[in-house]
Amino acid sequence: MGTILITTAIVTAFTGLLALLLTVAENTIANYGELKLVINDDKEYVVKGGSSLLSTLIDQKIFIPSACGGRGTCGYCKVKVLEGGGPVLPTELPWLTEEEINDHIRLSCQCKVKENMKIEIPEELFNVREYEVTVELIEDMTEEIKKLRLRLKEGEEIEFKPGQYIQLKVPTYEGNDEEVYRAYSIATPPSIKNYIDLYIGYTGGIATTYIHKFLKEGDKVYINGPYGHFYYHDNPDREMIMVAVATGIAPILSILRYMKDNNIQRKATFYFGAKTPKDLFELELIEELEKELYDFRFIPTLSRVKEEHNWTGERGRVNIALEKYVDNGENKEAYLCGSPGMIDTVVEVLTKKGFTEESIYYDKF
Amino acid sequence: MTDISPWVIFFASIFTNNMIFSNFLGMCSFISVSNEIPTSLGLGQAVTFVLTFTTILNYLIYNYILVPLGLEYLRFIIFIITIAAFVQLLEMVVEKYFPNLYYTLGIFLPLITVNCVILAVSLFMVIRNYTFLQSIGFAVGSGIGWTLAIAAMAGAKQKIKNNKLPKGLEGPGITLIITGLMALAFVGFSGIVQIQ
Repeated sequence: MGTILITTAIVTAFTGLLALLLTVAENTIANYGELKLVINDDKEYVVKGGSSLLSTLIDQKIFIPSACGGRGTCGYCKVKVLEGGGPVLPTELPWLTEEEINDHIRLSCQCKVKENMKIEIPEELFNVREYEVTVELIEDMTEEIKKLRLRLKEGEEIEFKPGQYIQLKVPTYEGNDEEVYRAYSIATPPSIKNYIDLYIGYTGGIATTYIHKFLKEGDKVYINGPYGHFYYHDNPDREMIMVAVATGIAPILSILRYMKDNNIQRKATFYFGAKTPKDLFELELIEELEKELYDFRFIPTLSRVKEEHNWTGERGRVNIALEKYVDNGENKEAYLCGSPGMIDTVVEVLTKKGFTEESIYYDKF
Repeated sequence: MTDISPWVIFFASIFTNNMIFSNFLGMCSFISVSNEIPTSLGLGQAVTFVLTFTTILNYLIYNYILVPLGLEYLRFIIFIITIAAFVQLLEMVVEKYFPNLYYTLGIFLPLITVNCVILAVSLFMVIRNYTFLQSIGFAVGSGIGWTLAIAAMAGAKQKIKNNKLPKGLEGPGITLIITGLMALAFVGFSGIVQIQ
């Protein structure tokens, strides 16, 4: 009995002593005091030094896209560090190209705030926030695609540009033991500020399995955003060519509804690729848009139609319809959203028609 | 056992009693971080560094605190706590005062807190009744030996990077086979000196 007590006492005393030593060290050696963080030359923050740039920014409610949560395994959280930050660490090297290193790009989750710093981040990231939202509706659109309506808390609003995306945080569930973030485009227009709609196709991956098999109406999930450079560009004299397949319809619907809300009078044509008539969805909404928009035409094209479908519309993949209807790239701009394969093919077709690189906007997923 | 020169122990722990090749200790980081020579050299330096200091610290704690109090049986738990705390402290100091050192080995420090070589050296030191100088020779030698092993492994892995392997052998499988072959080669040194 005596031995047990002595052992416990000694070990406790010893660990206590070391813990005390470490606490003292934490507050003296690892204490970098209050530092100045200047963002984009105009915003100045006083921050507590010692932690990573990513978490320091999160403390200031500035969210940098990061899929791995700061472990240095995704390479998304790049920012430009102009002053301070020290040399590029070996843990960052796998994610940075030589060009980026010369351009002072760093991974914000690895770079620590130990001195006054000057950094540059895209202006739109100041709008990025985290929201706790409630799943209000899960509706089957097709056999593989579900619509998800996420309602923000009472009094909260989300500001975004039509075409941008949010990241949905997928918690751990049975069969998945890591938290992940996945990006989904917002289908609702910016005028709707207290809920967003997403279309989610089933792929069998971590996130889509969660949404299709586990998520229920009334559940709470976390989203952050908005992100992305794919959004409506205000070039009133250009005709718009929109191309999407499957869930790629989401940002296009957001843009079209934005045009309706703001009474934008531009000619627009939307080419939508699917396999069979069963894969077409939100047709009522599109029909309504066709009636109400200034000059809008919807061209669905199906690649696997059979006799029994009685399909009278376009056949083949979207690039075939584009070849047929788009005459040249003069005074036009294109908005593409779909798989990398589809985007590459379509960009090739459009370039051949005379579209310049700067007149094609796309979102690969 | 106490009349061997620290230098003999130093060389023996690099070649004949290499921690990896004769004891198979410190395998987890050896397997996972041995993909590139520069990284493995960095990790090796960090291991040597921590090994030397924790062995000195543990020697003092063992001989001047645990033995007088008759608490030798607590050495496992005390050693591991000392190592963990020391690495934490070391990381903070290096990060603040030696930015260049932090750049080369600071990021590896958290990785090696749980490297079993570090604990093994402290425990062998006790089992083999080493003196203070012998312990230092043993610690530095073991660290260099470990660095040598991981650098050699990284070199071998770089050579076979583009070769086609049977699916089941990819990754740790082939690493363990190479380790075994290298260990056989190191057996060749074993007649030179004996320290245990």
